[in-house]
Amino acid sequence: MGNYRMGTPKKTASKKTTEKKAVSAKPGKSEKIHLLTQMIRIRQMEEKTYEMYTKEKIRGFLHLYDGEEAVAVGIIENLDKEDGIVSTYREHGHALIAGMSMNSIMAELYGKAEGCSGGRGGSMHLYDKKTNFFGGSAIVANGLPMAVGLAMAYKMQNRNSISCCFFGDGAVDEGEFHESMNLASLWNLPVLFVCENNFYSMGMPFELAQAETDLVKKANAYKIEGAAVDGMDVMAVYDASVKAINYIREQKKPWFLECQTYRFRAHSMFDPERYREKDEVKEWKKRDPITTFTSRLQEEGLLDEDELNEIKKRVAEEVEESVEFSEKGTDEPIENLTRFVYSDEPKTLNKSK
Amino acid sequence: MAELQFREAIRDAIDEEMALDDGVFVMGEEVAEYNGAYKATEGLLDKYGFRRMIDTPISELGFAGIGVGAAMNGLRPVIEFMTFNFAVLAADQIINHASKVRYMLGGQVQVPIVFRGPNGSAGQLGATHSVAYDSMYAHFPGLKVIQPSEPDDAKGLLKSAIRDNNPVIFMESEQMYGLKGEVSEEEDYLIPIGKAKIKREGSDVTVVTHGKMYHVSKQAAAQLEKEGVEVELIDLRTIKPLDIGTVIESVKKTNRCVVVDEAHPFGGVAAEVGYLIHRDAFDYLDAPVARVTLPDVNAPFAKNLFDIWLPDAKNVIDAVNTVTYRK
Repeated sequence: MGNYRMGTPKKTASKKTTEKKAVSAKPGKSEKIHLLTQMIRIRQMEEKTYEMYTKEKIRGFLHLYDGEEAVAVGIIENLDKEDGIVSTYREHGHALIAGMSMNSIMAELYGKAEGCSGGRGGSMHLYDKKTNFFGGSAIVANGLPMAVGLAMAYKMQNRNSISCCFFGDGAVDEGEFHESMNLASLWNLPVLFVCENNFYSMGMPFELAQAETDLVKKANAYKIEGAAVDGMDVMAVYDASVKAINYIREQKKPWFLECQTYRFRAHSMFDPERYREKDEVKEWKKRDPITTFTSRLQEEGLLDEDELNEIKKRVAEEVEESVEFSEKGTDEPIENLTRFVYSDEPKTLNKSK
Repeated sequence: MAELQFREAIRDAIDEEMALDDGVFVMGEEVAEYNGAYKATEGLLDKYGFRRMIDTPISELGFAGIGVGAAMNGLRPVIEFMTFNFAVLAADQIINHASKVRYMLGGQVQVPIVFRGPNGSAGQLGATHSVAYDSMYAHFPGLKVIQPSEPDDAKGLLKSAIRDNNPVIFMESEQMYGLKGEVSEEEDYLIPIGKAKIKREGSDVTVVTHGKMYHVSKQAAAQLEKEGVEVELIDLRTIKPLDIGTVIESVKKTNRCVVVDEAHPFGGVAAEVGYLIHRDAFDYLDAPVARVTLPDVNAPFAKNLFDIWLPDAKNVIDAVNTVTYRK
């Protein structure tokens, strides 16, 4: 018996399909400067959240993305705005590049009513319907099946979008990773699996967690094509994601991308980092995706000091504004505690026959 | 009215909702080509094809989560678990995700998904195939929990569950799939979620129950009638939201109550109903609320042990006798 099944979309619905244009692998000056700016936005936002955490303006768990910016930027910049994005509890950067405003992110971290989730989610549960950012997820690997489900909906409704799922190397340890990979492949679903391998799942070194450390081999075991890429190099990630996204849209199959990267800061705000040497961190910092890409753009003559300072200044203003916005934010009225536990909305039909 | 088996009522409910809405689809183990492990989806593959009847490998966690993602993205999945004992493998997606995601995201999403399958014991299947999980799911805000006892309830409530914009746990019983009963032939027959039903009126004692235990309680009520005791029998049908109002009203009339629940005693439906009666009708009680539940013991395999483990009509009669001081 043939296994694949969901494979033949109904012809009648095909008129709804909108062809997505293939993404370009040849970014010019303005695109490259945009990539740099996006990375700087993440870095500066994260640095500010760190500062505001130490000032006790932000509470709860806080997981920062410093060092990994090239991954979110290199990939999300190539997605279509209709594509769904699923992330982890280290998702501030993904949310920002997906198109969420820094104000709505910062206000959510502050737990304010103006935050993207009305202060109900916090740092680990950012979400925004308008940008198809399907959220951070605080349970390791719990976003993977959801991403496959989003892709199933795209396929069944002939929407020709893809879902892009970010997860860490720790998620590979979970059964959800393996079930999701198998089912996405078995059913030819348009999912871009992006493993942000920062070599530690909290304090557990990658090589002590996985018997097979070549992650592309794991993807191949599920008949998913894939590649490993230097996740500290935004252009390498960008080029790899162009290839991946075009493949997924053309072949209607999943793709696996391992981005080897490093988290510069501790796992969370409560992590003394006894599991790694300071020298190791120092070595990786030499490969800082922002400083290395800045140098490259300067060497290529695409960016001068004034332009760089202007970018940093503009971003700093955006960050400051997000803090002001959050400081002025209002508390959700306590009588709203029970809102959104259940939906009372009546059902609307998807498509009546 | 038409006489249908429980499994046929389930199938008809799914069939009608699939016909009405292209976004409704069924996913689970053996649901399509096998026509359902208990034939509750018989004929639906022929009618709707592989696109909407999706056989899965044995990946409960994976397909439950895929269902949640699909529900968040415009579809209305009906996920079948071969038994809720297997759904434990999918608990991360149901409990950590489906139940919480709408709230955590400030109401930006809805998760219109039904997780359905048999719950509770079904004879000598041993400890891992005999657990009643209804009170466990009812514990979690964001989930609705339904466990009907008769085909008519099953049809009307499953249709409502598929139309609901929340994750709904819909529980059946392996031992009831063949149960026959009259089912309404009303077009688009819907029973509202969260409404208990008084299935036998009586003035002496209220017996509150649901699912398979309804039939045990019904037997007990028939026996007690011969002894001159009139039982008011309430089938909760929905565990969450719980229709405690119907129970309280009955208890105010009978002043005595027995809760019959096919679950372990700690923190079960019986415990919750008992508490709510004490909260809302304490002054009306002529006896403490009694409960009939499983013992705090995993399901045994051996027949003699199993028979004593599972509540039966005699246990219910004994409890009624206790609250009516007949013994």
